Amino acid sequence: MAATDVTSVSEIDELRSQKNIFQKFAELFRKQPLGAVGFAVVIAMIIMAIFANIISPYDPELNDFAAMLVAPGADYWLGTDQFGRDILSRLVYGARTALFVGFAASFVGASCGLVLGVMSAYFGGTFDLIFQRVMDVFMSFPLIIMALAIVSIFGPSTQNVIIAITIPFIPRCARVVRSNALAIREIPYVDAARALGFGHARIILRHMAPNVMAPFLIMLTSFVGQAILTEASLSYLGLGVQEPTPAWGLMLQGGAEEYIESEPWIAIFPGVAISMAVFGFNLFGDSVRDVLDPRLRTQ
Amino acid sequence: MSAVAGSTAAPGAAGQMDFLQVSNLKMYFPVTEGILIQRKVAEVKAVDDISFAMHKGETLGLVGESGCGKTTTGRCILQLEKVTSGQILYDGKDVSKLNKADLSQYRQKVQVIFQDPFSSLNPRMKIGEILAEPMRVHGIIPDARKRDERVMELLNICGLSTRFADRYPHEMSGGQRQRVGIARALSVNPEFIVCDEAVSALDVSIQAQVINLLEDLRDEFGLTYLFISHDLSVVRHICHRVAVMYLGNMVELASCDELFDNPIHPYTRALLDAVPIPDPTVEAARQHKIVTGEIPSPMNPPPGCVFHPRCELAVDSCKQAAPEFREIKPGHWVACTEV
Repeated sequence: MAATDVTSVSEIDELRSQKNIFQKFAELFRKQPLGAVGFAVVIAMIIMAIFANIISPYDPELNDFAAMLVAPGADYWLGTDQFGRDILSRLVYGARTALFVGFAASFVGASCGLVLGVMSAYFGGTFDLIFQRVMDVFMSFPLIIMALAIVSIFGPSTQNVIIAITIPFIPRCARVVRSNALAIREIPYVDAARALGFGHARIILRHMAPNVMAPFLIMLTSFVGQAILTEASLSYLGLGVQEPTPAWGLMLQGGAEEYIESEPWIAIFPGVAISMAVFGFNLFGDSVRDVLDPRLRTQ
Repeated sequence: MSAVAGSTAAPGAAGQMDFLQVSNLKMYFPVTEGILIQRKVAEVKAVDDISFAMHKGETLGLVGESGCGKTTTGRCILQLEKVTSGQILYDGKDVSKLNKADLSQYRQKVQVIFQDPFSSLNPRMKIGEILAEPMRVHGIIPDARKRDERVMELLNICGLSTRFADRYPHEMSGGQRQRVGIARALSVNPEFIVCDEAVSALDVSIQAQVINLLEDLRDEFGLTYLFISHDLSVVRHICHRVAVMYLGNMVELASCDELFDNPIHPYTRALLDAVPIPDPTVEAARQHKIVTGEIPSPMNPPPGCVFHPRCELAVDSCKQAAPEFREIKPGHWVACTEV
């Protein structure tokens, strides 16, 4: 469009808004430096997880008894543990486990919570009352206790760890979503949707759920951090991912405790990895909200 | 217009020509207490026994101050509220007893335009999607390409550029959004539109444009409007007949000219008297009759005539029995015994 064709303010706005995606990213990072840090950590973790087999210098499950408890150095950048396994390789593969459990549990948990929370707010009345009391019961257990109970019922395995972390997430997300959805339900566009004769499912999923995305995304991303932490805790307690699968929580267990004074790198690096991951996801979560909310996007 | 005004559109009386008929409509909202076991402690009588009828193609204005039940009446007609008692007949059918398929049909025939253009559009949907969705859901235009054409047509009808189809509501002004709200209502080819304060949130120059649009649409598509407003000059401009509500009751109903030129009910008189005259000298010389006192709570309305505590004509009998809504002249109904 030639400049002379611009006839109205709205057209100028339109031209102005046509930035490419890289410019948008650059702008985002300028405005959200902390979010950018979180984003970098998350991306680093995802790359580590996807390309674990390329990045890691050794097989994470290979026991090299000639190189047990080697201090960080040229051959083993982050040292080896008491079984002669390379810590760097185990950290890289551990990211795969952590992300898989973290994403699966938080996505399923938050999504179920989103739908149930919006449903509860939309239908209201007795359904809402009973549903919320059931959620109260679930929420009265601390996350780790609930997860422990579920794992001890189903038995420890990666899949069961995901289920165990998902279930306590559902009421937490449902509660936050419901309180937002209650406000949404009173907004005229929901009445308009009802007046247009749309079905309950359409109103819940298409008109209400997308408008509680901000709390949903904050919950989702903070859940990833919590899920990684819970998975590490369960693994540390021996109820999560089982040896020899590389997982950060497992790396803190056993040998790490024994050798903490003489070979501290065994415990420090997985600890740092867990902290970084949780920190990164939380920072990332906050900035995701600002970006995906169209009312905040233009400002 | 005279045909409508002079008709015997009796409130509550059955007439063959009546398109929409509301009889003895009551809408009470319960006020509850308690967390686990809820008990009703009071009722807000938002609409308390009102009756009126409308003809096809007419515009009925519903006026009154905030909280008098205008919007609730509209929401009852739209079936957004479950009425406490009373009947709403649309084309002779009781709308509260419609089955799923008939309700879906009813939803297409009866549409709404909301007051606030900023909250009546889903902020997550593009304008094109907002307008296309009802046509897809009701299967009015199953073909996606034809639906897009119709979206463009609707935008044009409502005076918007087709470029807006790819915009989000937050990228538009209030007046533009209200036009989208009108286009959405038109997307299902309705016969009857409840305009709930449709122009109140817009500034005056935009108001005039939207009112003209509503008038043009009425003439073009033969629409019937229930025009809910508190702006008397707008009502006078667009409506054929006007009903005045006070505290959930209908106090007066007459043709537009009759009501404005010859108001009978003391509340209507006071209401019309409060409208400023756009001439400073006349306005300064004018004696205002201001209604004294506060509007009573709809949770505990006064017995008898609800207006009696503030009425200058009130006599003892007004405190005892609610006045009958009677036809004082042909087509002019009023709920007052003292006039």
